[in-house]
Amino acid sequence: MDIYLVEALLNGLLLGGVLALLALGLNLIFGVIDVVWIAYAELVMCGMYVVYWLYGYYHWPLALAAVLAVLGVAFLGLLVHQLIIAPILGSPAINQLLATGGLLFFLQSFATLLFGTDFRNIGLRLPILEFADMSISFARLIAFGVAVLGAGALYAFLSKSFLGTAIRAIGQDREIVGLMGVDQRRIYLITSAIGGALAGLAACLLVLQYDVHPFIGLSFGPITFMICVLGGLGNMIGGFAAAFIMSEIISIGGFYFSQEIGEVLAFVVFIALIFVRPQGIFGRS
Amino acid sequence: MLEIDNLSAAYGSFQALFGVTLRVDAGEAVGVIGPNGAGKTTLMRVISGLLPGRAGKLTFEGRSLDRVPAYRVVARGIAHVPENRRLFPKLTVEENLRIGAYMPQARKHFAERLGWVYELFPRLAERRSQLAGTMSGGEQQMCAIARALMSKPKLLLLDEPSAGLAPLVVQQVFDLVRKIRSEGFTVLIVEQNVQQLLELIDRAYLLEVGRIRLSGMAAELKANPFVRQAYLGL
Repeated sequence: MDIYLVEALLNGLLLGGVLALLALGLNLIFGVIDVVWIAYAELVMCGMYVVYWLYGYYHWPLALAAVLAVLGVAFLGLLVHQLIIAPILGSPAINQLLATGGLLFFLQSFATLLFGTDFRNIGLRLPILEFADMSISFARLIAFGVAVLGAGALYAFLSKSFLGTAIRAIGQDREIVGLMGVDQRRIYLITSAIGGALAGLAACLLVLQYDVHPFIGLSFGPITFMICVLGGLGNMIGGFAAAFIMSEIISIGGFYFSQEIGEVLAFVVFIALIFVRPQGIFGRS
Repeated sequence: MLEIDNLSAAYGSFQALFGVTLRVDAGEAVGVIGPNGAGKTTLMRVISGLLPGRAGKLTFEGRSLDRVPAYRVVARGIAHVPENRRLFPKLTVEENLRIGAYMPQARKHFAERLGWVYELFPRLAERRSQLAGTMSGGEQQMCAIARALMSKPKLLLLDEPSAGLAPLVVQQVFDLVRKIRSEGFTVLIVEQNVQQLLELIDRAYLLEVGRIRLSGMAAELKANPFVRQAYLGL
């Protein structure tokens, strides 16, 4: 097999890690609270700015900047729920979509107002790894490793802890969890914070590879939504798998044609699959 | 232990309970019987805090349960096994039991309680990693009762535990309830299966269209001509 095709496959796999992390966050929030955060990728943008300013501009240690970005976006997630979602929780889904859609434009415009439209780079040059004639971006490798660790930690939390079990239970029966002593509002807040933290973690990984600007969310948002729908909305394992399918399509398409065509291909495959299986490839009808 | 005084409750504009007065003392097993739509489930939902809008007095161990949300009622020591079991179908048996011990004071004793519940219901130990939704009705009822016991309640509310089960399984469920009784739990139980229920409990109330029509010791109700005719088919 062509060594460059192997390289493309490997890069696709590495790209998939971060996308999977974003899909997990979005699916978690949808599965628990039954809302879609249209502005999810814009939370990632906010996190990228945190790392940029703290590390790239003020030269704080990278690890500290990363931790603060994760915590900061987790808090932002909490605010999104408390200020935007909670007051309209009982209203039709379209209202919630419009409200978080409004947040998307607000965050984009606010970032533009504060920071302008410059593309900002944190100025960290990570090496390119060369082996067997393939070159693999170290930044991507780190991103993949951390994303998989993050997903694993989330899995362990959801399957082993009392809180995690309650988070999984609440989408199955919202009324009865109360009889178990579970305060629904508190679970929603915690879930929103976890969703935010995942976006913050993704931000730390993406800022190693991409410049941050107010519209960077558009590069990840639509693909993340496609992944979630493809995997079956709310289905975390389906979304995780779909992230790798999409990233491989982009990467292999990019190898044979160009990056743009790769993304076009991903959308085409998405549309075709949704015609065949509207509930997503891993969703139940 | 549980005192209900002149309680009324409504779903929106539909009033389901009219001035219900009822008492459960510690150590007792009390039944509420009555036809479909009499308000039995509503009564249970009001006690456990699932149905907030109401008038009248509701106290447990001398403290009011007014405006106490469901998730706090269970911390007071009332566990509710809801109608139709309502397990979390996509969680395993053991995960359902874990949720039952969600409260901080129950979490600390989780391992010990789990062992006790498995001893009480060995079938659940065999099924611990099976998804709750894939079990038979009787096993699900067993799991629902076990889930409620995980919080070590002082009062157990059982809402139609035998509903929708095959006759043989109904018998098993009543045996389960008898087992719970012998463990010393105070039980308030709603049932349509009047004959078997009256064998099991100390006292009973007859609820009809939202009002208490009769009350008394199980033996008195069993001998009551109206109950015999309308509910025992004798």
